[in-house]
Amino acid sequence: MTHPTAHVYLVDNLDTDRIIPGKYTKTLELSALASHVLEDLDPEFSKKVQRGDILVAGNNFGCGSSREQAPLALKAAGVSVVVARTFARIFYRNAINIGLPVIEVEHHNIQSGDSISVDLEHGIVTNHTKNETYQAAKMPEQMIDILHAGGLVNYLVEHGDYV
Amino acid sequence: MAQTISEKILSQHAGKPVKAGDIVIVRVDGVMATDATAPFAIKAFRQMSGKKLWDSGRVSLIIDHASPAPNETVANLHKLMRDFAAEMGCRLYDIGEGICHQLMVENAHVKPGDLFLGADSHTPTYGALNAFGIGVGSTDLAATMLTGKTWLKAPKTIKVTLNGAFRKNVGAKDVALFLIKQLGAEGANYQAVEFTGEAVTSMTLASRMALANMSSEMGAKAGLVDPTGLDLWYPFEPTFPDAGADYARELTFDVSALRPQIAKPYSPENVVSIDELKGTKIHYAFIGSCTNTRLEDLHAAAQVLKGKKLTNTRLIIAPASKKVFNDALKDGTIEILSEAGATFITSGCGPCVGSHLGVPGDGEVVITSTNRNFQGRMGNPKAQVFLSSPAVVAASALAGEIVEPE
Ligand code: SF4
Repeated sequence: MTHPTAHVYLVDNLDTDRIIPGKYTKTLELSALASHVLEDLDPEFSKKVQRGDILVAGNNFGCGSSREQAPLALKAAGVSVVVARTFARIFYRNAINIGLPVIEVEHHNIQSGDSISVDLEHGIVTNHTKNETYQAAKMPEQMIDILHAGGLVNYLVEHGDYV
Repeated sequence: MAQTISEKILSQHAGKPVKAGDIVIVRVDGVMATDATAPFAIKAFRQMSGKKLWDSGRVSLIIDHASPAPNETVANLHKLMRDFAAEMGCRLYDIGEGICHQLMVENAHVKPGDLFLGADSHTPTYGALNAFGIGVGSTDLAATMLTGKTWLKAPKTIKVTLNGAFRKNVGAKDVALFLIKQLGAEGANYQAVEFTGEAVTSMTLASRMALANMSSEMGAKAGLVDPTGLDLWYPFEPTFPDAGADYARELTFDVSALRPQIAKPYSPENVVSIDELKGTKIHYAFIGSCTNTRLEDLHAAAQVLKGKKLTNTRLIIAPASKKVFNDALKDGTIEILSEAGATFITSGCGPCVGSHLGVPGDGEVVITSTNRNFQGRMGNPKAQVFLSSPAVVAASALAGEIVEPE
């Protein structure tokens, strides 16, 4: 079985302007967002990333703007999960709301190219290349419910209100 | 149970006592979204099968981020907002009215004690009013437009006490930058910050807004300013923390020796005293943003530029709102700044977010009164952006290099 490939950028404070610069956010086209994702950090990223791949980052990932275009751009580019040491608050919430799983892992050994799988339910990240597993921080139940629904839109369509 | 300001406001909105760490569903007093976030919020609202707003009088849409429209794509997003506002009967602030946060405060759409959701990361600005303002994304906002509620985790609070009196040309922006350096860009992540002490309680509303606004750059969920000394044009009930409230951290500083502070590229936490940067060549200066372009900020710039001519660099000014512009017009401030050579652009975000109206060139060095200097923030990743107070921006624009106002 093949597992998603990790793309590792262990920089701290990778802000929303570097995930998707403000000049590209004024659109409702997801493909337009995807083509510029992370371009000021790594101009090759949007070409390298394959559907289902995993992005691995450092501390305070997604700090800065409240733009939902940041997780949307990553998701549209094919990223299936973001693993970071910590996330900035708004990004974390936005990602869950649009149905992009995010998981906080303090200690790991993941390098670019490693094959990775993520068990959100139990908060475990497995590195198949190195035969290692890493423990993730627990996610609030409210967020797991929203992720299960596929995002906040579906959650509210299902429930009609916050429950 | 002794409570922080956050715990008190959240308890009132959850209908039960709330303490830090609790996950609660709360009722919301008002929401706003801008042209950067409203289009996705409208899309999500429709996908949620939203037919009408929970309360159209409590919803504001603001066209400020790319205003007036720089191209047809943005023009169509603006049109989408106007059509939606007309259909739903909610408020719309069109081009030139001003920056979202300024308009919410100026028009009393947010008031002390409120819990307010803004689809913009600088919504903690409303902490200046002793209100709990949280920045959220478009989908969260859409959910509140539909239900009038949201869910959140009650944050722990960091208490910051600022004692002493500021020196000349030092104020809210400088101390905010200083605190971001002390706490770090994620130092207050998932937490609220309470600001108190005589240096805070003696601040004007405009300065309180600058301080609370910059709490976003510490990662804070909300930045609540002690309501002591808060001067508003309408009556209000202040919310004070209880004695013995539980704080995650307590920090105390004396501001009396603080020098003007500047954040270097590419992070608002990369802060040094002006003394380390004096003589840095500047190509372009900007006074704008929800942090610092209120009347007192324009006054500070005018004091520096009165009777002078800008010959070394270009200075762009985007007043925080039409009201600020009109007030500055009436009291002669605009004349002073314009005579000095400043270029005035539409009240709104202007070049702050790099969409249009003053993108810097490759290798250019910018000094600005805004709140963020991430790489590419003003629209060009090859430019360098330094953050400072309006007085330092004006003085540096005049000199063509970073200098302290006289
Ligand atoms: S002025 Fe700048 S920081 Fe403030 S809301 Fe507008 S883009 Fe955001």
